[in-house]
Amino acid sequence: MVKKTIRLLLVGMLIMSLAFSFVGCAQKTTENKAADNKAAAPKPVLTVGSETTYAPFEYTENGEYVGFDMDLIRAIGTAAGYDVKINTLGFDSLIPAVSSGKVDCIISAMTIKEDRAKVVDFSKPYFKAGLIIAVAQKTEGIKTLDDLKGKRLAAEVGTTGLDASNGVKAKDPKTTVKVFDSVGEAFMELEKGGVDAVINDMPVTSYYVKTKGKDKVKMVGEVFAAEDQYGIGIKKGNTELLTKINEGLDKVKASGEYDTLYKKWFGDQK
Amino acid sequence: MSLIAVPLTLGSDFISSLQAINGLQVVSKHMPYLLEGALLTLYITTLSVIFGMILGLITGLCKMSKNRILFGVATGYIDFFRGTPLYVQILLLYFGILPLFMDAGPFIAAVIACSLNSGAYIAEIVRAGIQAVDRGQMEAARSLGMTNRQAMTYVILPQAYKIVIPPLLNEFIAVLKDTSLVAVISAEELTLRGKLLYSTFFEAAWIWGTVALIYFIMTKTLALLGDYIERRMATE
Repeated sequence: MVKKTIRLLLVGMLIMSLAFSFVGCAQKTTENKAADNKAAAPKPVLTVGSETTYAPFEYTENGEYVGFDMDLIRAIGTAAGYDVKINTLGFDSLIPAVSSGKVDCIISAMTIKEDRAKVVDFSKPYFKAGLIIAVAQKTEGIKTLDDLKGKRLAAEVGTTGLDASNGVKAKDPKTTVKVFDSVGEAFMELEKGGVDAVINDMPVTSYYVKTKGKDKVKMVGEVFAAEDQYGIGIKKGNTELLTKINEGLDKVKASGEYDTLYKKWFGDQK
Repeated sequence: MSLIAVPLTLGSDFISSLQAINGLQVVSKHMPYLLEGALLTLYITTLSVIFGMILGLITGLCKMSKNRILFGVATGYIDFFRGTPLYVQILLLYFGILPLFMDAGPFIAAVIACSLNSGAYIAEIVRAGIQAVDRGQMEAARSLGMTNRQAMTYVILPQAYKIVIPPLLNEFIAVLKDTSLVAVISAEELTLRGKLLYSTFFEAAWIWGTVALIYFIMTKTLALLGDYIERRMATE
């Protein structure tokens, strides 16, 4: 009886795998056809790297990559004559991926800062962000960076929020800084009381406070490091692509599309 | 790219050209930082294996029990922890389950997750070890008037002990490598330290190469220790 069931299962799995492989072949041929049709006017593909767990800049909805950055890079790609293909990577892997040519450019709410600019070239800045402190709803008495001395902080690996957290730690060694792969985990840590505060980019924290973190997490104090701006990263020395992306960005800004996207994702918040 | 810059001549030229390699500088400057992470890796591993052995011995024996409840619980536990990825178990425990019971930091959560996981594997090692002892041993012990428990404690387990040593050391090595996954809950062991360096200096080959080397030294040492113990056991 048991043997029979196992045999049935195995046969079932075999049939399934065969069926899937046929479907795969069929899809491939249609893809090839589509590619053949397009061959008349081939558009170069722009491979984009992004860490897609950073709403509202880049995240997934129904399996699609959505968000401000995603819309923007698609618009820039169209303006510069590219087909845009987005890959998701860890935030700390983005810069190595673009410098080794695994992706053509990276857009991931990445602040233009000195040590990054040593390794990759950045486009013109496209977004002004700045950092803000987030604490649990019931926390009182934290308003500024100085209030964070000796407290427990969480941040995402490789971010300016982590730099700021380490800055606090440098002033007071009693401060602990926990590092996570994505900011979502840092917020979870804050919600479960594992840390006292999270320092992160203001627009993202603001989005979190309004959505998943509603009534659990709040923003305190003023935006700081407000001069920080996001840029699109490109392999060092690839001036051709850099020019194209900058021109694309200019076009998107001039046509008013940028403002439309800004309204779509951030409303009137400045 | 900087590797090409190394000239083939040795001497002071060679040393100064080495200093020109950014990655090497980063790695040598942050060696203590990485080794501190390796120490935490060893802590987590050792504690996990100790707790895992206790857990594994208990569940391994339960798995062979005739008591249906004990058997069911042990089977469920072993199947779950062997049948799901450790990465997922760590996230589930740290963010999902542990907060309901206690305020566990990343270190404690890491040890709990790795102990539970390795316990499931050790349980199977223990079961296999006991079953590998000749059936006649149990029969002989029972016919001498020993109870089942006495026979287990004084006759079967001491023999099984010898059989399970090599696979246990393999498990030790496996756990050591698996602890790299607890980086995800901010336990600052070797892998997370590597990740932090890498996200600052972007020297992938140098930083991950060094991290891999440190792991390798640790696992190789354990493997050599295992060979030694096995040899000692064999001559006795």
